[in-house]
Amino acid sequence: MNQEKIRVLVAKPGLDGHDRGAKVVARTLRDAGFEVIYTGIRQTPGMIAEAALQEDVDVVGLSILSGAHMTLCPKVVELLRAQGQDDVIVLVGGIVPDEDIPRLREAGVHGIFGPGASTREIADFIEQAVAQRDGQ
Amino acid sequence: MSARDRRNPAALAQGVAAGDRLALARAMTLAENEQPGAHAMLSALFPRTGQARIIGVTGAPGTGKSTLVTALAKAYRNAGLSVGIAAVDPSSPFTGGALLGDRVRMRALSGDDGVFMRSMATRGSLGGLAKATNEIVMLLDAAGFERIIVETVGVGQAEVEIARTAHTTLVVEAPGLGDEVQAIKAGILEIADILVVNKADRPGADRTIRALELMLELGADEPRYAGHHGIIRYPAGQESPLPGHEWQVDVLKTTAVNGAGVEALCGHIEAHWAWLEESGELAVRGRQRIAYALESIIRAELNQRVAAAMPQTDVDRVIDAIYAHETDPYQAAAKLLSPENAEG
Repeated sequence: MNQEKIRVLVAKPGLDGHDRGAKVVARTLRDAGFEVIYTGIRQTPGMIAEAALQEDVDVVGLSILSGAHMTLCPKVVELLRAQGQDDVIVLVGGIVPDEDIPRLREAGVHGIFGPGASTREIADFIEQAVAQRDGQ
Repeated sequence: MSARDRRNPAALAQGVAAGDRLALARAMTLAENEQPGAHAMLSALFPRTGQARIIGVTGAPGTGKSTLVTALAKAYRNAGLSVGIAAVDPSSPFTGGALLGDRVRMRALSGDDGVFMRSMATRGSLGGLAKATNEIVMLLDAAGFERIIVETVGVGQAEVEIARTAHTTLVVEAPGLGDEVQAIKAGILEIADILVVNKADRPGADRTIRALELMLELGADEPRYAGHHGIIRYPAGQESPLPGHEWQVDVLKTTAVNGAGVEALCGHIEAHWAWLEESGELAVRGRQRIAYALESIIRAELNQRVAAAMPQTDVDRVIDAIYAHETDPYQAAAKLLSPENAEG
């Protein structure tokens, strides 16, 4: 019997310790029926990529409030690709200035969610992106 | 590995055997999702299994299991041994979702290729483990990890499935969780090969240790293996562990967060392994594990066949009939399972 579950890694890269947003999102995605692997704060891109590999996740969600997204996000995408996980969907949540959005997309980030985004929106986005990836 | 090979069971089996970590991760997903080809993949890898020593870590929520697992894994790494970890957290019974948080405590293990850690959700399994725990352990074993640590969900009193999976079961307690009566109840404490009082730097640790030791003394006349894991299947020619070779369950103190007592615990786990070998219990438990795994595979297969043979509409109709007291659940179940029904 096919029991596929969408697995999502929620990580907080960088040095700010404000993890309330990440926890709220992790909780919401759990309630949406996903298996959420929560890694906690102060993760390096290397740690995130390693966890994404061992957990074989469909989605990596990065929560960044420190302003370091232009350094950290492309690095995570690059490491995921280098280890053969080019099919992982990468999302960023947090404070991202408008002018950075196209640059993040170019760097391989699939979805960017600012402070106004509803948690339902994020869950729907994940469901659609995974279905699209799997050609459904 | 290319994206195309993501779900190719033969390619995954080859990758696992060759030490490819992405292949191992994806093989785990295939097995956990019970996708087509999962059984063929596991069959291909079965000859490579049987090498690892499996250590189970169980206990109530908040006793420090994840931190202890991390400390144990670090000790094994210092000894030059590779470590696979499967850590289980509960799935929601309502949405099927899960929040798997064991990695938060295990960050000290990151960046080490000698460690592979996988988080698992129970997915409806009630015994303290995830549905596919055996398969994940098999895959870690086939990939060559020398020690495999299985961490159960935070358990209550009756989740004893870990004892059917692990060679050595640690039951972790912490100070202040219960009195002497809790310690003599049946269930979780009975499956311990080693009792660990973690957070031993906290007040009340000595009282907890005394309560557990008292519990052990009260049961000292009973051979520890009797009824240990339910039905025991001994190898031909052997009826029970050799006389005079009963294992003595001890209470050990650890403070996993700073590593105190962990070295001694590792030594005790090694001693338990030596006992398993010399007493013949290793073969006993090995056969038990196989019997249990076989039963699980057959049960899953039967569940699937029953589900396929019984259209949901029939089940719904029967539920309506029972609710209206037109029939009873026993007759209805017998009728649903009768051959005529399967054919019709």
